[in-house]
Amino acid sequence: MKPRKDLLDIQSLTDEEIEFVLENAVPFKDLFRRSVKKVPTLKGRTMLTLFYEPSTRTRSSFEVAASRLSADVTHFDVESSSVVKGESVLDTVETLEAMRVDYIVVRHKQAGIPNLIAKNTAASVINAGDGWHAHPTQALLDGFTLREVFKDLRGARCLIAGDIQHSRVARSTSLLLRRLGMNVAYLAPGSLMPREIPREIPQFGNWTDALEWKPDVVYLLRVQSERLDEPFFPSAAEYHKNYGLTDARVQILRERGIYLMHPGPVNRGVEITDKGMDYEKSLINQQVENGIAVRMSVLYWLRPGAQGGES
Amino acid sequence: MSPDSTQRLLLDKAAMAGAIRRLAEEICEKNKGARQLALVGIHKRGVPLAYRLADELRELKCTDVLIGTIDITQYRDDLAMMKMVPKLEGSDIPFDIDDAQVVLCDEVIFTARSVRAAIDELLDHGRPARVQLAVLIDREGREFPIQADYVGLHVKVGTSERVFVRFEEVDGDDAVYVQTSTAVK
Repeated sequence: MKPRKDLLDIQSLTDEEIEFVLENAVPFKDLFRRSVKKVPTLKGRTMLTLFYEPSTRTRSSFEVAASRLSADVTHFDVESSSVVKGESVLDTVETLEAMRVDYIVVRHKQAGIPNLIAKNTAASVINAGDGWHAHPTQALLDGFTLREVFKDLRGARCLIAGDIQHSRVARSTSLLLRRLGMNVAYLAPGSLMPREIPREIPQFGNWTDALEWKPDVVYLLRVQSERLDEPFFPSAAEYHKNYGLTDARVQILRERGIYLMHPGPVNRGVEITDKGMDYEKSLINQQVENGIAVRMSVLYWLRPGAQGGES
Repeated sequence: MSPDSTQRLLLDKAAMAGAIRRLAEEICEKNKGARQLALVGIHKRGVPLAYRLADELRELKCTDVLIGTIDITQYRDDLAMMKMVPKLEGSDIPFDIDDAQVVLCDEVIFTARSVRAAIDELLDHGRPARVQLAVLIDREGREFPIQADYVGLHVKVGTSERVFVRFEEVDGDDAVYVQTSTAVK
């Protein structure tokens, strides 16, 4: 496969590229069972994480992935850097360019920032979440996880439930799952359902209707705590009762053999309960483990200085 | 084959089978009674070689053999120089490598860079008691101080020539060819 410079979204990937990343993730995951969980593939390379939005999980996942490829890992501490003193993103990138890092993993609350950075550096840029726009490695790890569960994804049904409107996970993951042949539906309060949705995606406003669609997987989105204060958002208790996975709904999933996913971190008592976390068909921990393998596969494929990655 | 090259047959199916047979006999002689003898084929064509050798060793009633495969891609020293990123085949070592007597199998030894990578990978799977190397074809051109313990056939070929081994399992037929490039460099 031809290497690419950047991974900015799912849209710009070809089917062959998606397949390449997912298939290579399998041997990377096999490494985790070895006594030495590390290969020298990226020895001498440096990966830098540049997170303008806090995230522990995604950042650690990238850091573990890079370490297992023998790359050096470094973190640009935005909080304590001159960014807070008003340095622009591009000034920061110029600094990183001078440090000659090979991979930059970016998260930013504003959509399009990773693209802007990618245009201004020779390093490979990986979008680790930009605003409501995209989170491509999350989508790839979700697709990888589902392929481990279902032999054939074509025709399988995934119900994505929660704040679809403000979710880059919903956007990227539903795009990828549909590319892999799955059917996707959304469950959300009317105020959190985006206006423009592809016709093939059914929209539901309550669990009863959504479950009648007969999903094979329920994918819960995280409720952003800051949103709970916003006027159009229901209260935590109200959200839980109407849109969360209550204990009673866990029981329905169990009776029907429906799998459960969540991108983490979870809000217990809001979108999920303790019982939901203990549900035997939950794939949440598998998603975390697979995240490392898929990110290793992405780092293996991208190449600093190569062409492409723009959508 | 490109029009700028010619190829000549080095071993046909029968001669290749004979060479593999002799390799197995040699391996058997040196490892008779060894506990945990393991043949580990290097992807891609070291894998069918390992399976053929295992069949021969079984026929010789030599000793029980374990079989594994390794894909050295993650250990290559030229990945960053390659135009295409290789698809990974994955390694499969379904036994405990600690204290095993490992015979690495590859179809050709040339620069020995892949053997170097294979040894490095093997050591990340555990601590074998001993590592030996079996190749079907030994040709000149070493870039590392590594030699094979078991050789099917030594071949003298020029630097512009390439040795191709074909296995039925992978290529549809059994044969060894030498290809000479006549293109003006």
